[in-house]
This record gives sequence, structure tokens and C-alpha cells, in this order.
Amino acid sequence: MDENSSELAPRKNRTVVERKSDLELVVTRVFDGPPRIVFEAWAKPELFQRWWVPKSLGVPLRSCEMDVRTGGGYRLEFGLDAANSMAFYGKYIEVTPPSRIVWTNEESGDAGAVTTVTFADQGGRTLLTLSELYPTKEACDEAIQGSAAGLPEQFEQLDALLIDLGDNA
Amino acid sequence: MVQYSAARLDVSFTALSDATRRGVLEQLGRADASITDLADRFDMTLTGMKKHVSVLERAGLVTTEKIGRVRTCRLNAGGLEDEAAWIERYRRRWDLRFEALDEIVEDLKQKEDLDGRK
Repeated sequence: MDENSSELAPRKNRTVVERKSDLELVVTRVFDGPPRIVFEAWAKPELFQRWWVPKSLGVPLRSCEMDVRTGGGYRLEFGLDAANSMAFYGKYIEVTPPSRIVWTNEESGDAGAVTTVTFADQGGRTLLTLSELYPTKEACDEAIQGSAAGLPEQFEQLDALLIDLGDNA
Repeated sequence: MVQYSAARLDVSFTALSDATRRGVLEQLGRADASITDLADRFDMTLTGMKKHVSVLERAGLVTTEKIGRVRTCRLNAGGLEDEAAWIERYRRRWDLRFEALDEIVEDLKQKEDLDGRK
């Protein structure tokens, strides 16, 4: 990596995404608090749902069950009503407070990723690294391209494109 | 912005100018579906739906795969943009979440401080 931006930079910490390989996406971000606090915000359902589904995504969370311990399960359901909802679920393979959580994503069957999030102490701050490891390149491609949350945006973009084209016709 | 070739844009435009085809894209955004499923859902003949799907396929918006006797259609959202643009979108989604997480971390830190002072 090149320059590690200076302390003088604005307060906002940068989110960096890297495609490490055909199979793996890695997200990193620093938080201004110690790992035990960032871990707590991931491991307590009432805290987790406050940030995992920011309002700007425009998709309400209908239900959220999380049993954050090794071998425990989770199930998140998004949508406006029962008929138009989507569930995400899986198991926690490893939960090691306050440094590491690993879980499966089973809603996509065999194409599901294994997600590993680690919290590393950096003198009172936390370096969070989240890795999504997919079983195949195709699954990884699809995850980047086809995520449900990205779709509304995508359609907005298409709308804008169509309007532009209409104006120029 | 993203680069589109003129010919490609033209095909995409034709593909998207039809309400049924847009409906099909929206449907495939939720889940993959067979041509039969789609024909039922949009109350069309199989032949009619096949035509729509093949227009979407030519535009690179949908891919199809025949497994046994069933042809499954899925969204090929990558048909619209290159990988870098998608990664940027994925990054933004995490960024939104993490901004919300920042607030919670701040709350918890303050709470700890208060508890510590008791």
C-alpha cells in the first residue's frame, strides 16, 4: 500500500475494499474505539441492527435473531411485508471476544461466502478487517454485482440514463 | 462516469424501453427464475416471454442457463458496468454501515466513561 494518510486528515475514517483474489473480498476500516466496544456493537443484536441496516439503504429490517457464540445461528429478514421479504441466515463458526467472528451465509446455498471479521487493537482504536471468501469466482462476481441492496440504486441509474437518452432523442 | 459503447447502449436502451422487460429484471433481481415462471408471472405465452428474455440476454442484462429441461434466467447486472464501479458501490454500502457504527461506538465509549466515573 502507498501512503497511509496522515493524522491531519479529516476525522472520517476511510473504508477500503479490495478484491484480494477471484474468491475473496476484503473490507478494512479503522474505528475510534477499542476492540471490545466495536465487538460489542457486532455481537449484541439490539446494537447490531442499528447500524447494519442504515436507513439510507431504504430496506427495513423485519426481524433480527442472533445467537452470537460459536455454533450459534442468526437470521435477518428484510422487506416491507411477509410477501416481499428476503432472509439472510447462517451459523457462527467461531466467536472469540473481542477479536474475531466467523460466520456462514447460507441463504445462497452452495454459493454462500464465509465471512470473517477481525478486530485488531491499534492503541485504543480498532482496525476492522472483514473478509468474504466465496467458494467460486462466479459466486464472488455475483456478490459484487448483484447484491439486492444495490438493485434500487441500479434502477435509479437506469432511469437517469433513460431520461438522458430521451432528452437527446 | 462509466463508459458505454454506443452500440451496447442502444441494445440496452431497447431492452429497457419495455415495461415487461423491466418487470422481468426487477423480478430476477429478487430471485432467479425459469422462463415458465416468468411467463406465468407476467401472464404471457412461453414464446412471448422467450422473446423478451432473449432481448435482455442480447443486451447483456440477463444470462440464461439450461439445466435439464429448464432454462433458468438470472440477472447479469455486470452487463451494465465494469467491476471497478461495482466495487465502489459495494464499498459505499459498507461505508454507510460503518458511519452508523461509528455513532454506536461513540455512544458506547461515552457510556463506559460515565460508568467508569461512578
